[in-house]
Amino acid sequence: MNGIPESADTVVVGGGPAGIAAAGAAAETGRSVLLVDRRPNLGGNIWYRAVGEGPAADALSDLRRLERGNLRVVASAEVLDVPRSGTALIGRGTDATEVAYGALVLATGARERFLPFPGWTLPNVTGAGGLQLLAKAGAPLKGRRVVVAGTGPLLLAAGAYLRGRGADVRLIAEQTSRRRVWTLALGLIRDRQRLRQALDLRRQLRGIPYLTDCWPLRAEGEGRVQRVTLRHGRKEWSEECDLLACGYHLVPNTELAELLGCRMESGFVTVDEFQATSVPRVFAAGEPVGIGGMELARIEGEIAGRAATEQRERARGLFGERRRLARFRPALDRAFRLSPQLRGLPSPETIICRCEDVSAGALREYGSGREARLQTRCGMGRCQGRVCGPSTEFLWGWSLRGTRPPIVPATVSQLTLRPDSPPTMRQS
Amino acid sequence: MPPDPIRILIDRTPVLVPPGTTVAAAMLHAGADRFHDSVGGSPRGPVCGMGTCFECVVTIDRRRWVRSCLVECVEGMEVSTHERNP
Repeated sequence: MNGIPESADTVVVGGGPAGIAAAGAAAETGRSVLLVDRRPNLGGNIWYRAVGEGPAADALSDLRRLERGNLRVVASAEVLDVPRSGTALIGRGTDATEVAYGALVLATGARERFLPFPGWTLPNVTGAGGLQLLAKAGAPLKGRRVVVAGTGPLLLAAGAYLRGRGADVRLIAEQTSRRRVWTLALGLIRDRQRLRQALDLRRQLRGIPYLTDCWPLRAEGEGRVQRVTLRHGRKEWSEECDLLACGYHLVPNTELAELLGCRMESGFVTVDEFQATSVPRVFAAGEPVGIGGMELARIEGEIAGRAATEQRERARGLFGERRRLARFRPALDRAFRLSPQLRGLPSPETIICRCEDVSAGALREYGSGREARLQTRCGMGRCQGRVCGPSTEFLWGWSLRGTRPPIVPATVSQLTLRPDSPPTMRQS
Repeated sequence: MPPDPIRILIDRTPVLVPPGTTVAAAMLHAGADRFHDSVGGSPRGPVCGMGTCFECVVTIDRRRWVRSCLVECVEGMEVSTHERNP
């Protein structure tokens, strides 16, 4: 008994804002809904619940809606494979169940992009959002010296949160230019809600230097990070720190969409106005469709959930709101475009593929991701290229795509033949 | 009154944490930032905090390769960082 039902009218993958909205909208019809998330609690990254606190205030109404209807949440579970058309193999612990679905909604969210630089594999070098999540999960920060670096609005949110938890945030290093940040800020003038959020963050970060055109060149320390050398314009200096929280904006989690064969464009899942992908009965919402933030993800999830359960007219009613929220998307992309100078950060010794310990020097002789993968195992370890895929794409224009099942490491027992199901390992 | 703390063992050393704390956070709480050693033998710790980087893998109750950022502490849980995770 693993608590996973063998079928559901609608299966929603991902329990963040998009997935919660999709599941709630689908459940309103009274049909059976299964919401799957890899964490023990719903909320995703943006609504991640801090230890000792209740669910995020913004999430309450959406979460309450899940309590009604024929809806089941399966937490600490992940989709491993899509063995047949209309089924998903969902793993939990060391067990798995093949679930038949009528419709599938992909609300798989995004992860941070990590770029390699000397010393980035040292313990206590984390993501920016990564450290925020670890802090919410109970990691102690009081009095610890933190340098926040990378790019994107997440740096400000993470910096403010870490400071609120007692960290000594030394500075925030943003790789993009001052001009681009200002252009984005000016664009917010008519966006009341985002403007208020930005001003709030600014207040919470008072006294902490926010340097643009600035990034870490290398991290050093004995067994863990102890200092980071940063570059700001032509200036270079070292900063002592206990933690370096560095993330370069977000990349979408599209492994499941790719495994299903959904049409993709520039790394994102292509959808129609009803959030339907190119694969029948499969919908996608939120960051996998385009990095656009929580509010947009929520509306897209709502549309996907309604469209997946034949409430297309009700879905149509939200198109205007989605259009309004999506306006911010291109501005965000422009503002945090990566500086080409970041390509020069790795030295030949710098590890690029952390799982298999493949260095930049060992990879440089290969002309493509495919070749490198075959010769060096780059991208073939535990994370299956989730970290080095986006970084080698930026560094050398490679593609490590070519997703195969299981899309996360699975146990043999999860993939073993059962009397009532066909083998899930396929020829590919 | 705050809820009773949970007691887990990290490399046989008892650690007390508030309920809801993940194993990854409990490790950092205990000052254990070397979660596992990479295939090349260098120390590694958590990076993404969301289950995608697989750098926070440890052995939990004899199950290897578990992402400690995705698991909440349960009374009596045994966590081990010694076994080299592939």
